[in-house]
Amino acid sequence: MSAKVEAGGRFQFPTKKVAWSIVGWLVVFIFFFPVLWMWLESLKTEPQAASSPPTILFLPTLEEFQTVLSGDFPPFFINSAIASIGSTILVLVLGLPAAYALAIRPVKRTQDVLFFFISTRFLPFAASLVPLYLLARDLQLLDNIFALGLIYTTINLPLGVWLLRSFLLEIPPELFEAARVDGASFTTELRRIVVPLIAPGIAATSLICLIFSWNEFFYAVNFTSSTAATTPIFLVGFISGRGLFYAKLAAAATLASLPVLLAGWIAQKQLIRGLTMGAVK
Amino acid sequence: MNSSILRVGNGGVQSAASVARREAWLRRLPLVPAFVYVVLVTQIPFALTIYYSFFSWNLLKPGSFKFAGAENYARLLTDESIRTAVLNTVVLTLCVIGISVVLGLAVASLLNSEVFGRGLMRTLMIAPFLIMPTAGALIWKDTLLNPLFGLLPNLLGPFGLGRVDWVNRFPMATVVAVEVWRWTPFMMLIILAGLQSQNPEVLEAARVDGANAFQAFRRITLPLVRPFLELGALLGSLFVVQTFDSIYMLTYGGPGEDTTNVPFLLYIVAFQGFNIGQASAIGVVAVILTTIVATFALRTLFSIFHVEARH
Repeated sequence: MSAKVEAGGRFQFPTKKVAWSIVGWLVVFIFFFPVLWMWLESLKTEPQAASSPPTILFLPTLEEFQTVLSGDFPPFFINSAIASIGSTILVLVLGLPAAYALAIRPVKRTQDVLFFFISTRFLPFAASLVPLYLLARDLQLLDNIFALGLIYTTINLPLGVWLLRSFLLEIPPELFEAARVDGASFTTELRRIVVPLIAPGIAATSLICLIFSWNEFFYAVNFTSSTAATTPIFLVGFISGRGLFYAKLAAAATLASLPVLLAGWIAQKQLIRGLTMGAVK
Repeated sequence: MNSSILRVGNGGVQSAASVARREAWLRRLPLVPAFVYVVLVTQIPFALTIYYSFFSWNLLKPGSFKFAGAENYARLLTDESIRTAVLNTVVLTLCVIGISVVLGLAVASLLNSEVFGRGLMRTLMIAPFLIMPTAGALIWKDTLLNPLFGLLPNLLGPFGLGRVDWVNRFPMATVVAVEVWRWTPFMMLIILAGLQSQNPEVLEAARVDGANAFQAFRRITLPLVRPFLELGALLGSLFVVQTFDSIYMLTYGGPGEDTTNVPFLLYIVAFQGFNIGQASAIGVVAVILTTIVATFALRTLFSIFHVEARH
């Protein structure tokens, strides 16, 4: 890591490392720039945000964040929170026992069951969209945030089962043997052994579920209209903007992205594992 | 399912066989809720989708529900829009996956070499993947690419590219660019994990044996990260095939149908035209196409699991 010190104690300038660092940082800067620009725009006033040439030096203001937060944004944000947190809890409640059955006490044809679960994750939404829509319409569940949460549960459950299973497989089987010899029931086993030991796994699973449901747009745009509309739908309102609401747009986009960005950054390690359903650690 | 569990539970004197059966059911029991839920919300609707696909049915025309045979499928073969949508989906997916795998490999290699601030670089690098896709698309469209107020046309002004309306003149390229921006970090994460599983001593040994950097990369590193490249490409394509958010926000499928892919066409047919029969037929075809890709993806996934199990 540090500059190499040669045998004679002579300091050698790490030319190669510096050169590659510059290249690397340049690439990272290009990729990160739109995010940075979003933040900069959100801290400007409207005239500054839409000026030509662009304003680089300015006095940051939280004015637009205030406008967004005191306007009609909060209900969208709350809907997103209900749908994603609610569906994540449901994924854990349904997924943990299933993962347990597949990892600790494998049933016959475990592989087939796993395959079935994951195949539903990659079933395109085209497969079930129309019937689900008609069902929701007939049950008066369109524009209902809990119905949207149930759909997000479907999206995330296969992933949850796979991911939780990959964590459960890491628990030494002897622990379960010992518990069973002591006469522990299934629920005791689950509460005393499984949950504490795979707490990091539960956290990783929740994170992935939150990311996918928080950012979800397709079902949100088709199954909700006003009362149950989520954060991405709020952003749709800016589509027709003709350059007059850039700062507000950027502030809203920043707020909308914040939960997932923070969660993803905090749990970077779990991110890869979650995205590959436990295949890559 | 439930009734048989109850019966076993009530049995007074139990034979060895029924104990074994009870044991088998107890093992399966924890699976039941998740299994039933998934069947209810995915399999039964899919069966209905197949059923509807043989009917002519428009929600806007009451009483229009009638059997149409293979008419919806016949239209799929002749309809220009559908051919365009399938072609756009293939082009979009291949371009996005191809470019983001190559870029992801390059960035991952950079982050795996000795550079300053690797941790921070990785942190910043994954931001585009985490940003809400609708938000990301808006930022690109309005604040970066807008010909009048956007940053890019202003920066490119001196090069004579000042007032290019990127989104309208190069719609597909814009969608591809925004999606590449989003998926490169995903590829990078997976490939980086592969690179980091490499034993540096092996590379060192190859160096000693006189291999140059390129040879070492091709002969040693590449075979090692190949499963990770495949996994990234296949998982990624399952997501990119479904691209909807950025198309909706950037181009709304246009101009004309230039950026209409299968999911977007489905949205138009189902929720703008309310043509249930036709939308269902598109759904069935989409499932068949996706299944083909998914089968390969799952095989890769399982093979990686098996490799790990052997360790």
